[in-house]
Amino acid sequence: MGEINCDILVIGGGNAALCAAISAKENGADVVMLESSPKAWRGGNSQHTRNLRSMHYGPTDVLTDTYSEDEFFEDIYKVTKGQTNEEFARYVIKNTPEVVKWAKSHGVRFQGSFGGTLQLGRTNAFFLGGGKSLVNSYYKEAKKMGIKVLYEHEALSLDIQKEYIGVKVKDHANAQILNFKADACVIASGGFESNLDKLQEAWGKPAKNFLIRGTKFNQGKMLFALKDAGAKIIGDPTQGHMVAIDARAPKYDGGIASRVDCVSLGIVVNKEAKRFYDEGEDFWPKRYAIWGRLVASQEDQIGYSITDHKVLKRYMPPLFEPVVANSLDELADKMGLDAAALRKTVDEYNAGVVEGKFDHTVLDDCHTEGLEVNKTHWAQKIDTPPFYCYPLRPGVTFTYLGVKVTKEAAVVMENGEVCKNLFAAGEIMAGNILSQGYCAGFGMSIGSVFGRIAGREAAKSREQK
Amino acid sequence: MNENEALYNKAIRLSQICNACRYCEGFCAVFPAMEKRREFHIKDADYLANLCHQCGECLYACQYAPPHEFDLDVPRDFAAVRKESYKKFATPKFLGVAFEKAGLLTSILLLIVLAAFLALGSGNLGKDAAGNFYEITSYKTMVGMFGFFAAISFLMILVSCFKFTSHIDFKGVKFVDFIGALKDALSLKHLGGHNYEGCTFPNGEDRSNLRRYFHHFTFYGFMLCVGATSVAAFYDHFLSYHAPYPFFSVPKLLGTVGGIALAIGCTGLFAMKLKADPDLLDAKSLNIDYALIFMLFLSAISGLLLMIFRDSAALAYLLILHLSAILSFFIIAPYSKMMHLFYRYLALVKNAKECRTHA
Repeated sequence: MGEINCDILVIGGGNAALCAAISAKENGADVVMLESSPKAWRGGNSQHTRNLRSMHYGPTDVLTDTYSEDEFFEDIYKVTKGQTNEEFARYVIKNTPEVVKWAKSHGVRFQGSFGGTLQLGRTNAFFLGGGKSLVNSYYKEAKKMGIKVLYEHEALSLDIQKEYIGVKVKDHANAQILNFKADACVIASGGFESNLDKLQEAWGKPAKNFLIRGTKFNQGKMLFALKDAGAKIIGDPTQGHMVAIDARAPKYDGGIASRVDCVSLGIVVNKEAKRFYDEGEDFWPKRYAIWGRLVASQEDQIGYSITDHKVLKRYMPPLFEPVVANSLDELADKMGLDAAALRKTVDEYNAGVVEGKFDHTVLDDCHTEGLEVNKTHWAQKIDTPPFYCYPLRPGVTFTYLGVKVTKEAAVVMENGEVCKNLFAAGEIMAGNILSQGYCAGFGMSIGSVFGRIAGREAAKSREQK
Repeated sequence: MNENEALYNKAIRLSQICNACRYCEGFCAVFPAMEKRREFHIKDADYLANLCHQCGECLYACQYAPPHEFDLDVPRDFAAVRKESYKKFATPKFLGVAFEKAGLLTSILLLIVLAAFLALGSGNLGKDAAGNFYEITSYKTMVGMFGFFAAISFLMILVSCFKFTSHIDFKGVKFVDFIGALKDALSLKHLGGHNYEGCTFPNGEDRSNLRRYFHHFTFYGFMLCVGATSVAAFYDHFLSYHAPYPFFSVPKLLGTVGGIALAIGCTGLFAMKLKADPDLLDAKSLNIDYALIFMLFLSAISGLLLMIFRDSAALAYLLILHLSAILSFFIIAPYSKMMHLFYRYLALVKNAKECRTHA
């Protein structure tokens, strides 16, 4: 079988891959990009993203107020409980303003700084129309620049040599195997969250009940190929971003709208109709990131968020209609829960509620006392019918298992050697910076900053030859 | 479940998903309008659908667009609801059927009117009218017939608009909202896209304002033609200054410029629609679009030809064609895509009110 030669091969089709491809092309190399999905599904998880976190001093056309490097870093530090690589994190943060400018110069459009329903207009630059819109802009730019994009081309294995990188590729459209030989290669093909077998290897049986919020094409093939080729793999395969989403969401591609936003306003029970964690512990950035794992640890990986009529208008409108009932018994019946057990849980909870001044915008003083699991804020009695229930399942957004890279995005081998012609960007190396917890929009910051660097360094590596 | 119910259920489901996602809020007025709601009913669907320009920005940006199982396609589904709303508020209601068979019924109507005019003028067709219309069809016939049908059409449109506003709920609407909406309508603000870069209609490729310009040509061309007729009527009634008018007269100049603009606009809109991505369109609504474009184009082009060949033997035939086109247009107007002009404006008024009161 013949070989297909190219300057730079970019594996992946999301934000980081596109940034790498465009950046490599800008630096004078010819670029071929392999996207494993068909055109309609291109863009990996980037198509589900919304914004990019960026530091800035003073308001810009797309960001309000000021967001300093230190404040940005503190936010990252907090959500990861210190599990972050400060040097790398600050490196990404410092590069964010430049990357926003660069994105704009390549056709990406941002929303005006006064838009944005999530009140993140100060810290996050919102893509006009969201991530798919961003991805479309980059694809359009790539086409204009003469970057060759091959859809339905799935990279399977890697042959890392000093002189070239060999990649075995399955062309799904024509059902054939192709051998690519590139001077340098950028791997930006995401994590392995869509690979149900690998998830199960890491998580055991519970993984069967996980929903994948993003693309089904993040199979982690390149991550495991890197491992097989002797690259240094970092991180814990069970670490990633997992949120509690509506159990009725599709297995893949449920995206942002599948989130359930009312957890802190009511109670969450498991299959036994028992509460299992403090629903009022903290605001949503944190709550968001922990509830997926909490539900994952319950029997059958299912939870039920229960609220009453009082709080109906206090949370973001959900994707699915809640299950509605006029009594708790009816609700239990509809959800397949034991009615007596649910009544007992709610009665105990209601009895434990200490009246306070309810305010959902601050950590208020509404809490419970004397319960096995207390609710520390926003605790109000559940007593005003109709009652509502949203079933919850763990929704995996992305994984942190990745490959070790340098600040030039070069892949580091198990023996400490640094590859001169192999680079990684995006989710596949995000574990160099974060290993747990998450801060909205930071993934896109990492992907954009490292994507750009990887592309540039890959192009430069050719010149040095 | 009949089709109508399925259509509305789909639009309501779609609005809920959009409202849970909200990525598109920067595109046009439709998404911020959704965000002002928590629940969606049929009346909301009718309002939102008439606010939508079917530009397609949201379709290409949508993470839930087909082939996703949510099958979210705002331009397509709202086009279907829009047609349903025209049908629903048609006065009298049974004539709403015209929206289902727009092409066929418009053609039949045109033929009948044409035949009637030919019959009326049959004795005069060979006459050398020397450019005088009234030699072919008497002044009385013209004014009488047009006045009669125009008045009925106008009344039907008025009643339909009233039904539409009470359905979508105009509570709290003030005069200032009518003015605000007028500005939006006259500038086609929401068809300008983000920062007036335009949209990617017809095929999702390059962004341009072409559709907006063609729509401007059509609308302002039409208004100039209406202006020409009004001025002529004024001359005729109040100044006893009768047609034919010289080329450099107000009615003639307005009519010529208007007719040319209208013809250009209709051609452009037609071409763009033909080229449009099928995902952007509701196949069942296309006939009402094409029928209106055709009628406007025919009116414009026959008027222009009439002016050019007024002194030839073709006068009688061109006049009859032109009058038939105009009269048919008037008769069918309340049961045609022309209602888009009114419902969209009224939707903009409601939107202006909501923006004012939610601010």
